[in-house]
Amino acid sequence: MDEARPLWATPLQFVFACISYAVGLGNVWRFPYLCQMYGGGSFLVPYIIMLTVEGMPLLYLELAVGQRMRQGSIGAWRTINPYLSGVGVASVVVSFFLSMYYNVINAWAFWYLFHSFQDPLPWSVCPLNGNRTGYDEECEKASSTQYFWYRKTLNISPSIQESGAVQWEPALCLILAWLLVYLCILRGTESTGKVVYFTALLPYCVLIVYLVRGLTLHGATNGLAYMFTPKSGIPTRGSPALSLLAFQMEQLANPKAWINAATQIFFSLGLGFGSLIAFASYNEPSNNCQKHAVIVSIINSSTSIFASVVTFSIYGFKATFNYESCLNKVILLLTNSFDLEDGFLTVSNLEEVKSYLASAYPSKYSEVFPQIKNCSLESELETAVQGTGLAFIVYTEAIKNMEVSQLWSVLYFFMLLMLGIGSMLGNTAAILTPLTDSKVISSYLPKEAISGLVCLVSCAIGLVFTMEAGNYWFDIFNDYAATLPLLLIVLVEAAAVCYLYGLRRFESDLKAMTGHALNWYWKAMWGGVSPLLIISLFVFYLSDYIITGTLQYQAWDASQGQLVTKDYPPYALAIIGLLVASSTMCIPLGALGTFIVRRLKRRDTASVA
Amino acid sequence: MSWMGPREDAENAFKVRLSLRTALGDKAYAWDTNEEYLFKAMVAFSMRRVPNREGTEISHVLLCNVTQRVSFWFVVTDPSRNHTLPAVEVQSAIRLPLVAVSGGCSSLRMNRNRINNAFFLNDQTLEFLRIPATLAPPTDPSVPIWIIIFGVIFCIVIVATMLLILSGIRQHRRKNKGPSEMEDTEDKWENTVKIENGIPCDPLDMKGGHVNDAFVTEDERLTPL
Repeated sequence: MDEARPLWATPLQFVFACISYAVGLGNVWRFPYLCQMYGGGSFLVPYIIMLTVEGMPLLYLELAVGQRMRQGSIGAWRTINPYLSGVGVASVVVSFFLSMYYNVINAWAFWYLFHSFQDPLPWSVCPLNGNRTGYDEECEKASSTQYFWYRKTLNISPSIQESGAVQWEPALCLILAWLLVYLCILRGTESTGKVVYFTALLPYCVLIVYLVRGLTLHGATNGLAYMFTPKSGIPTRGSPALSLLAFQMEQLANPKAWINAATQIFFSLGLGFGSLIAFASYNEPSNNCQKHAVIVSIINSSTSIFASVVTFSIYGFKATFNYESCLNKVILLLTNSFDLEDGFLTVSNLEEVKSYLASAYPSKYSEVFPQIKNCSLESELETAVQGTGLAFIVYTEAIKNMEVSQLWSVLYFFMLLMLGIGSMLGNTAAILTPLTDSKVISSYLPKEAISGLVCLVSCAIGLVFTMEAGNYWFDIFNDYAATLPLLLIVLVEAAAVCYLYGLRRFESDLKAMTGHALNWYWKAMWGGVSPLLIISLFVFYLSDYIITGTLQYQAWDASQGQLVTKDYPPYALAIIGLLVASSTMCIPLGALGTFIVRRLKRRDTASVA
Repeated sequence: MSWMGPREDAENAFKVRLSLRTALGDKAYAWDTNEEYLFKAMVAFSMRRVPNREGTEISHVLLCNVTQRVSFWFVVTDPSRNHTLPAVEVQSAIRLPLVAVSGGCSSLRMNRNRINNAFFLNDQTLEFLRIPATLAPPTDPSVPIWIIIFGVIFCIVIVATMLLILSGIRQHRRKNKGPSEMEDTEDKWENTVKIENGIPCDPLDMKGGHVNDAFVTEDERLTPL
């Protein structure tokens, strides 16, 4: 009889676990940026096509493998073919890198969450400088939200070479984040299964609240309109609607849109880390994972689209607010310089009054003229960013201008925390499931001790990201640790199941397991289309890296109050190479290792006989 | 009283700027000579608090060049009405504390606050150009708020973790006392089947098939005593 493998209490827990893993921060801070960059409406076409052609099949493949083999990634791939044990190890290594740096985001979310209980919010005002005559210089040059992020949260150094010391405040938050993750994974599926109800559902509640609030904000429509208009302004000839449509069609022909759609689908679903295999391995064998794969991928994509509507209505509010403040400053300047009646100058008559003043008092006007800023709504909207910049700078800037900003801030960072913890549960499951499956390790240590050890090691290494140069290392890990290796891993996975294990054999296994026959669509995708897509993505990425030559990064310059581009030093480049190599090399090394072990065994049995 | 305008005593004159509509919107009052009288009274009141200037009268404060904005210049003359008081004295008067409080920078602002309140304005809408308002320092509590909240959440998480670990250890001990020998032999048999000849014996593997409910489970194999 089976040694009882822990199971999900209900299939719903499994679905929620997959959803809370797949729906993460990328849905909130990467998809809206891509959506806007490629024209909004027209980006959805390649996105949905890639979802059906690449996302759903590969997701189904991973879930089916996990459910069939009922082991973590290492054991599952070793069962498929002993030469493939390296694939499982590569997945675990990539998951380890990911969990190291991903939890730092949760630490930052905690930091902002704890600081949201103050009035006024600490990122809404600049601190005073030393002798209380004005505001801090760095804060004046940048904005108060940027200052709070770069100086108070990260205390960032000017370049990656100057590492500085570990900052105790983010370090404390990181330790708390790891303790929370440990609490959730402590008992395996028993505890994880209950936690995922919260991490899957609560972000949606917050998103709906934000949607209602966002759409009712002043200026939200500006942001939504911007999402659907081209980023590079094309001359609008004829009717604007027709030229908009023409542009959308034009974007469909842009290969970059398709590549970014494919990449976004691929990384958003979290394929290749081994988390999906781990989650599926705790399923009942008769579970209908095809249905679940379709549901999870559709929910993931709809969440991305939903989040981008929320994000752009908030953008619109922030841009409109800044635009109106800029106009008010100009009005004040003119009113004071010319001693006009207070309230006489308004937004509507600003232009005509300006021309009147220029003609009536030319000398005085020319004195004041250099200080008059050209306020433009477009330039405010164009500060669209992605990543941590969006979450911690742009959003906080919008939140500080809302009424009852403390409430909105708490809700927002609580949602970020739920999304991040949900993804961390999957990441740690990918590492722990193979470890607990291995008889060698689990005979010495109980499950709780293994989990604790993994969390402790990750936390200790993660303290590197709380140093002054920590954010630069974070960007290195974010950009390179999990991009290229994952493409390779998933490619090998798809090829292995179809050609090494045999598609027909896998099909009969699935039929015996679930009772449903395999649809021809999945066979066609697994065998041909999806691997081809991955190969083309892989080739594109490689050529992109080779063409750009030296790798560069954005460093924060405190004296100017903005980001500057710098080159990576040689040792950083070496570490990037090491990151990519350490996971990709596992695949051939695993095969080689198995080959050597077998040769030795054959020689032993031959010499004995 | 006539005054030769700001040119002669420019260094002792201060420009004042009011933004009534910005501050009060529809409730903005019109700036007339009565309001000017109140302003002179407030300035005279502030001057009387300076040592040696207790005799300052309203008539010693002179206003000039009132514009539509509303902005104007004012000077304070000495009792003989011959010279204007130096700018430094007037500046210190406007900034003088209402009540001498030991320590606390907030007391420096009280005179200015009194003037602001008389007109329902604040530092931004009633500006004394050349007298910078000391920026209100932020109130820093002795323990930052975020540490308190961090401490609370940290303690909750630690307590919950301890509870889970302890209950896990207790469960482990209870399971170990039960029949463990039968389980070991079953496991060993399972292991050897799996790795025969390097080919995974999947067809024989029970994990892949349907569980036949007619079979009794492991626990019921041993009849209870």
